[in-house]
Amino acid sequence: MKNLKERSIHGLFLLNGIFVVTVLLGIFFLLVFTAIPAFREIKLTEFLFSADWNPTSYYKASYGIVAMIVSTFMVTIGALIIAVPIGIGTAAYLSDVASPGVREIAKPVIEILAGIPSVVIGFLGIVLVGPFLAKLFGLNNGLNALNGAILLAVMALPTIISLSEDALKSVPTTYQQASLALGASHWQTLIRIKIPAALSGILAAVMLGMGRAIGETMTVLMATGCAPAMPGSFFDSVRTMTSTIAIELGEVPYNTTHYYALFGIALTLFIITFSINMVSDIILHKQQRLTK
Amino acid sequence: MNKKKVTEFIGFALLRLSIAMVGLILIIILYDIISRGAGKISWEFLTTMPKNGMTEGGILPAIVGTFIVTVITAILAVPLGMGCAIYLNEYAKDNLITRIIRMSIRNLSGVPSIVYGLFGVILFVQLMHLGTSILSSGLTLGLMTLPWTITASEEALKNVPNSYREGALALGASKWQTISTNVLPYAVPGMLTGTILGLARAAGETAPILFTGAAFYLPFLPKSLSSQFMALPYHLYIMSTQHHAIDKVRPIAYATALVLIVLVFTINLSAIALRYRLRKRRME
Repeated sequence: MKNLKERSIHGLFLLNGIFVVTVLLGIFFLLVFTAIPAFREIKLTEFLFSADWNPTSYYKASYGIVAMIVSTFMVTIGALIIAVPIGIGTAAYLSDVASPGVREIAKPVIEILAGIPSVVIGFLGIVLVGPFLAKLFGLNNGLNALNGAILLAVMALPTIISLSEDALKSVPTTYQQASLALGASHWQTLIRIKIPAALSGILAAVMLGMGRAIGETMTVLMATGCAPAMPGSFFDSVRTMTSTIAIELGEVPYNTTHYYALFGIALTLFIITFSINMVSDIILHKQQRLTK
Repeated sequence: MNKKKVTEFIGFALLRLSIAMVGLILIIILYDIISRGAGKISWEFLTTMPKNGMTEGGILPAIVGTFIVTVITAILAVPLGMGCAIYLNEYAKDNLITRIIRMSIRNLSGVPSIVYGLFGVILFVQLMHLGTSILSSGLTLGLMTLPWTITASEEALKNVPNSYREGALALGASKWQTISTNVLPYAVPGMLTGTILGLARAAGETAPILFTGAAFYLPFLPKSLSSQFMALPYHLYIMSTQHHAIDKVRPIAYATALVLIVLVFTINLSAIALRYRLRKRRME
C-alpha cells in the first residue's frame, strides 16, 4: 500500500516534469513550424542578407532582416558600452570596498531596479531621456538609437552587477591574501588578481545582460522611433527585431507570408538569445566547478 | 602620498562613482514618476472606469485585468514549476538527460518575452481556439514564468543539506515522507520567494499580452475568462504612444506608471521580506 502511494507520487512528479519539458521544448518546434511556410515564398538568402524589409509593398514585397539585426546590435552594443564599466565598477565596489551596511542597502536597490517593468523604462525614454537628448544635441526629437541604448543599459545593469559580484566573491580569499602579503595594495589586488581570476564569470554576466538587451521589446519599441531603415548613426531612429514583431503582428492577417515571416524573425531572435545564454551558462558552470 | 596610494584613491573613487550612478538612476526614475504621478492618484482614479476615450476617469479595469491575469499566471506556473523542480532535484537521476533538461530550462528563462507572446498566439489563440482572451494571456505569461519558477525552486531545494534527507531515510522513512517532512518545510519559503519575484515580473510584462488578449479600451470589467481585458502595462504603453491626444493624457500615463510600479514593488517587497525572515530564522 505504502509502495503504491510512493510510486504514484513519483509518477505524478515525473508526469509533471515531462509535461513542463515538453511544453517548453515545444516552443522551439512550434516556432520552427510556423516560420517554415514563410520560406516557400521568401528566399532564405533574401531573408538573411537583404536590408530591405517592406512586406506590404504594392509591387514586390521584400523581406530582408539585415537592417533590423544591425539596429538590434547597435542599441545592444551601445547599452553594453554604458552598462559594462558601471556594472563591473559597482560589483567590484560591493565585493571589495563596501561596508556590510552599504551592501545591505545596495542589494534591495539593485533588486528594485531589476523589478521596474520594461514599459515604465520605455515611458521614461519618451518623457525624460528623449527630451534631454534632443536638447543636449539639438535634435528634433530624442527618439533614436542612443535613447534605446541608454534605457537598455539601465535594464542590463542589475544582471551585470549581481552576477559579476557573485563571480568576484567566488574568487578564493587565498588569492587576495597572497597578493596583499606580497605588498600589493587593495586596488592592485582587485585589478591584477581578483578581476582576472573572475573574468570568465564577469564575461558570462555581460553576455546574460546582452541577451536581455537583445530580447527587450517595450523599451526599444517606445523609445527608438522605429523607422524601418538601415541606421547610419546613434542619432538615427532604429527599428529592432523585437519592435518589428511588436508593430506588425497586430496588423497582419493570420497565416499570410508576412505573418510567417514575423515568426521567422522570432525564430532568429530565439536562436540568437538561446545561443548567447547557452555560452554564458557553460562559462558560468565551468567556473563554478573550478572554484569548488 | 606615494604613487600606489594615489592610484588606489582614484580607483576606489571611480568605483564609488559607479555605484553612485546606479543609485542616482533609481532615484531619478522614482522621483520623476512619483512627483509627476502622485498628484493624479485618488480613490476615484483607482476605482472608476476610463471615460471620454480614456482622457478622463480612472483605471479600474486595467488594475482588475492585471490582477486576474497574474492569478491565472500563478495558477499555471506555481504548482507546475515547483513540482518540476521537486522532480528534477529529488527524483531524477543525475545523468546527461537531466543535465540537458536543466540547462534548457535555465536558458529558456532568458528567451525574449515577445517570443513567448508569439508562442501564445500560435498555441493558445490559434491551435487551442481560446481566442484573444485573458485566459490566453495568463497562460502565455505562465509559460514565460515557468523557467524562472523552476530554477529558483531548484536553487531552494539544493540549499537543504543532504544530511536532512539521509537522516530521514536512515530512520526508515519513504522517499515521499522524507521530502514532505524533511525537505519541503525548509525549502518552501525559498521556493516561494523566487516564485513571487517571477510573478512580479510577469505582472509588469507587456510584450506577451500584446497579441494574446490585451485590449486598447474597454470601459467595463472582464466578464469571463474568454473576454479581452485591459492591463496596467499595456495601458501605459497605449497612453504614452498610441493615444490620439498624448499630451493631454500624460498625467494619466504618469499615474498609471506609478500604480504599476507600486504594484510590482509591493509584490517584490513581500518576497524580500519573506527571504529576510527566513534568513533570520536560520540564524537563530
